[in-house]
Amino acid sequence: MSDFTGNFWSLYVAAMTLASVLACVLLLWITARKKIPSRADNTTGHVWDEDLREMNNPMPRWWMWMFVVSIVFGLLYLVAYPGLGTYQGQLGWSTRAEYADEIASAERELAPLYAQFTAKKTEELAGDAVAMGIGERLFMNNCAQCHGSDARGSKGFPNLADTDWLHGGAPAKIVETITRGRHGQMPPMAAAVGTPDDVKNVANYVLSLSGSPSDSVRAQLGKSHFMACAACHGVDGKGNQALGAPNLTDDTWLHGWGEQAIVAMINNGKSNDMPAQAGKLTEAQIHVLAAYVWGLSNKPEPAKP
Amino acid sequence: MNPNPAQAALYNDTVVRQFSIMAVVWGVVGMLVGLFIAAELAWPELNFGIPWLSYGRLRPLHTNAVIFAFGGCALMGTSYYVVQRTCQVPLFLGKLASFHFWAWQAVIVAAAISLPMGYTQGKEYAELEWPIDILITIAWVSYAIVFFGTIGIRKVRHIYVANWFYGAFIIAVAILHIVNSAAVPAGWMKSYSAYAGVQDAMIQWWYGHNAVGFFLTAGFLGMMYYFIPKQAGRPVYSYRLTIVHFWALIFTYMWAGPHHLHYTALPDWTQSIGMVFSLILLAPSWGGMINGVMTLSGAWHKLRDDPILRFLIVSLSFYGMSTFEGPMMSIKTVNALSHYTDWTIGHVHSGALGWVGLISMGSLYYLIPRLYGRKEMHSVPAIELHFWLATVGIVLYIAAMWIAGVMQGLMWRGINGDGTLTYTFVESVKATYPFYVVRVLGGVLYLGGMLVMAWNTWMTVTQGRSVHVPVPVLAPAAA
Repeated sequence: MSDFTGNFWSLYVAAMTLASVLACVLLLWITARKKIPSRADNTTGHVWDEDLREMNNPMPRWWMWMFVVSIVFGLLYLVAYPGLGTYQGQLGWSTRAEYADEIASAERELAPLYAQFTAKKTEELAGDAVAMGIGERLFMNNCAQCHGSDARGSKGFPNLADTDWLHGGAPAKIVETITRGRHGQMPPMAAAVGTPDDVKNVANYVLSLSGSPSDSVRAQLGKSHFMACAACHGVDGKGNQALGAPNLTDDTWLHGWGEQAIVAMINNGKSNDMPAQAGKLTEAQIHVLAAYVWGLSNKPEPAKP
Repeated sequence: MNPNPAQAALYNDTVVRQFSIMAVVWGVVGMLVGLFIAAELAWPELNFGIPWLSYGRLRPLHTNAVIFAFGGCALMGTSYYVVQRTCQVPLFLGKLASFHFWAWQAVIVAAAISLPMGYTQGKEYAELEWPIDILITIAWVSYAIVFFGTIGIRKVRHIYVANWFYGAFIIAVAILHIVNSAAVPAGWMKSYSAYAGVQDAMIQWWYGHNAVGFFLTAGFLGMMYYFIPKQAGRPVYSYRLTIVHFWALIFTYMWAGPHHLHYTALPDWTQSIGMVFSLILLAPSWGGMINGVMTLSGAWHKLRDDPILRFLIVSLSFYGMSTFEGPMMSIKTVNALSHYTDWTIGHVHSGALGWVGLISMGSLYYLIPRLYGRKEMHSVPAIELHFWLATVGIVLYIAAMWIAGVMQGLMWRGINGDGTLTYTFVESVKATYPFYVVRVLGGVLYLGGMLVMAWNTWMTVTQGRSVHVPVPVLAPAAA
């Protein structure tokens, strides 16, 4: 076991543990046998604060048995399970092994069920009622915490039920997003854009791209400074899915809408993460889940006969 | 308060009075915050979008207020009373005891301000930032000097068992606090733990579990060993049992912390040791309950018409219940179901409301009239009312949390044939809602009882006067 850097600490822990358990036995045994001088009234004869006394009654036998039984159980447990330093226990049990066994047996049991899904294309699978039932449950267990039970997301968490995709909505892209996660990065751009006034102008220009209410004079002035943004969002502001740069000409505002929100975004930038699910879900599960997500905004192909 | 050699020395009860009154005040405050956050769990809108009213900031305020402010003041007040009476001397360095009182109140006020502002070390029950940690250390060392100093100058040869427990509480909490709060400051209200990763987690739960073991158990057992024999007028049941359960308790508790980290990155061997010692802890814990309850043998009839004694004895039954439940929950198989559910919350509160709360209230009902020159509290029926409000409140609270916890555990482990979870997390939250409402109801009753106590204390204190009790001149014959 890697918890110990050397044999000494393993022995030390084992010895301390056993000595401590046995010390409890010794304490009980000695105290039970010890003669304690007592008075005629069965007290120890000590008096505190006028009337506080102690009786010299024996310890209840059932209680002593309970103590002994718990100690014996403890010792047997330490024989059977890992506890005494590096000693693995007679049963050879470990948390890791139990976990690995459970996962392996679950995967074994589920393999036939998922085999029928992996054979199908995403577009087809999205029309399979059984698979989509599982897909929905996988979504509720693993995705709904951020994207919502209806998959419509909320501020900072993309809506998966519309046709607007940050990194692409093709089945392979969805699989990639789920498997490896995504890291969205908008750098702080104020310096590149220019003065605070320029930032405000660019914000109005960005608003004008989607036909949102904006100051048309400022928007005109901001247009030339938008070049700083074009590297990712494109000259036309339509974004770039290869970079995960959002389309600024539609009405999807993941991190907030309006001049103030856009100015803050230009000034501060934003870092947003979608965690990778590869360690948590199997490839087959991700295939089913991707079909469910794809199916939220696409019509499935009819099943082939 | 300094004894004039010409006159008989007086017990230093001023500091006892201060701590006792503040225990009642902080009890009301801490339980009110608890009730509010319980309501927030049922109706989250109650935070009104205000950061310092949010659950995450008020929850540590609640735990700190009830444990260290209410529980702390009750322990400190009673221990100063008990150590003087059982040693038959006034407090050693009375002025330092007075400093201890004010320093402790400063800690509480600092907690009440800094926690809602969001300052935290992120360690459960040790959230306070490092400058406050230092103040705690200073207050605690003062406490230790006064307490052990008083034992050092005692006129009675044997040290009474209540003082063993109070003493163990003071020493152990000092060690726990110093070790767990070790941190590298990074600014006035920011610091990083001295430990990393799983070691940090282990140190934290070694602290966390022993905060329960020594602050909330050993200290209050000290209270139990004085006030139950006094109120019952009977000797402690078994001296022998006292010895075994004291030493076994303080020794075994130290090992049990890992059971808070079952099925985590903590190595298997550490988890096993935590579980084994938690099971061995059952008998030593019950030793205290047996000793307290059996002290009543021959005086059972007193329970019928003495509500104070009922507070004290029922607290022991809750103590017995939760110290049985604890070892059971430390068994890994049980823990797999109970961990992270509201069962844990129910377990903690059967100990906190039932044991710690009731024993403190009973002891304060004994103490307050005596500190203010009265035979009994202003209203004995009000004590009776408090008892029933508290008891029904506890039962509602813990029953709701047990059911909710087991339900959550079962829902979270429900698996469909296709390998997916049967319930989403939010479904388990929704299913818990009615139980959260019942908990609020239990909290209303428990706080209601505390308000009755506050009124009763106010009436007793305002109609009484601070008395100065001389230390008996004659040493007791047989001591």
